[in-house]
Amino acid sequence: MRGYPRPDGRKGVRNTLVVAYLVECAHHVVREIALPFRGRDVHIIGFPGCYPNRYAQTMMEQLCTHPNVGAALVVSLGCESFNKYRLADVIEQSGRPVEVLTIQQSGGTLASIRAGQEWIGDQLGALENAETVPMAVDELIIGTICGGSDGTSGITGNPAAGRAFDRLVAEGAACIFEETGELIGCEEHMASRAITPELGDEIRACVVKAAKYYATLGYGSFAAGNAEGGLSTIEEKSMGAYAKSGASPISGLIKPGDRPPTGGLYLMDVVPDGEVRFGFPNISDNAEIVEMIASGCHMTLFVTGRGSVVGSAISPVIKICANPETFRALPDDMDVNAGRILEGESSLDDVGGEIYDSVRAVAEGARTKSEALGHTEFILTYKSFEPVGPACLPAAAR
Amino acid sequence: MPNPEHDPRLLLLSPQDNVLVVCRPVAKGETVRVDGAAITIAAGIQTGHKLARRAIAEAETITKYGASIGVATLPIKPGEHVHIHNIRSNYTASYSLAEAKAAFASARGGS
Repeated sequence: MRGYPRPDGRKGVRNTLVVAYLVECAHHVVREIALPFRGRDVHIIGFPGCYPNRYAQTMMEQLCTHPNVGAALVVSLGCESFNKYRLADVIEQSGRPVEVLTIQQSGGTLASIRAGQEWIGDQLGALENAETVPMAVDELIIGTICGGSDGTSGITGNPAAGRAFDRLVAEGAACIFEETGELIGCEEHMASRAITPELGDEIRACVVKAAKYYATLGYGSFAAGNAEGGLSTIEEKSMGAYAKSGASPISGLIKPGDRPPTGGLYLMDVVPDGEVRFGFPNISDNAEIVEMIASGCHMTLFVTGRGSVVGSAISPVIKICANPETFRALPDDMDVNAGRILEGESSLDDVGGEIYDSVRAVAEGARTKSEALGHTEFILTYKSFEPVGPACLPAAAR
Repeated sequence: MPNPEHDPRLLLLSPQDNVLVVCRPVAKGETVRVDGAAITIAAGIQTGHKLARRAIAEAETITKYGASIGVATLPIKPGEHVHIHNIRSNYTASYSLAEAKAAFASARGGS
């Protein structure tokens, strides 16, 4: 495998230029700026809120300096609260080209669009022809998520993704699984896999926090489509989702934007700390994907039963279809047919091996189905977190 | 893996489970093998859904993957569809599109 070297020592599997809006009011201008670059690696990210939020600031800083990002154009309306000075400084310090456009000081919509397109035009050639260097599996960070789950997700796609995770972890990669609200009922089993008893306690506590948070909201992380697909309860969905984590020991508990300090398997706690505020923890699958990307994920393994079609800005999404009927219905959107397991044509190990091979191929530049179709979904909303405690990270990293 | 004790379309995930997962649809009126015994299917069941491996009493725990996934809210017969109409979570309520559709239809019918 080969990657794009970054000054901080990390390597990217893509060399994407991000165009970031710092408030919804700048979103249209950003869309127009990016329009002529359709089909090239120019992705839109952004934060819609006008009021400051430490979490959103951290997420945007981590995303704009992600190893898959080669340059960033930051677009501000001019009166929003987002700290664009700090964001631009972080990007500049990372050694990446950065430009800040403030619409109110750049002559408005049309002039800003022209200026933004001109800047991108000046940057893209160098990004597309940048040199790559050898990259090893132990330099990869891989996330996993399941979305549009049904009764097949937990018996084909999720355990197959778990097999791929086991192999990646064994070879030194960092792997992240998440959505503690969908791990309710699995807390004792997860705690038993923690590398220290103290980490086990932290894992139990974060699932208790998730259960309380959802109880306050009045509903769990269970969508109507889950029931249509045969899942009856959140516990059943949890047991199936948990299989994505594989069987490796759990090395640490991180929060969105925290980078795994070593290889190994990490659980990401995505449920905000403190009292319930700002609403539902993750309003859709892409909110979770974005959080794992902010923690450095080079790509995401996405297991779907009902048939999600999303991709993501910044990091490619490998779509693993758990349900053979869905695979036949949406073949252009699916990278891996894990439903073969149900039809007796393949084993979990076969599909796990195929997923592992896909990870390597995508790291080498192969486009995933969602990438080729131009899916670059992105969503970031308000949250609040406290830093993780010392027992959450492996001793070698403390 | 095919299990000679069960119809090849049914999957037993863990020996202590009282439900089987439907891997390929089973139709109403069909006879399927469960633990070596023939059971007639009362209502068709789709891929990914569950059927009862044996009689399950009201309030009994539903076990899948060897773990609790909720409790029965009604007595369930062998071979019967096990889903949100006859089991519930021990944590939070589940919502379905069918409920939303029925509520919408009845609201519209009543106006």
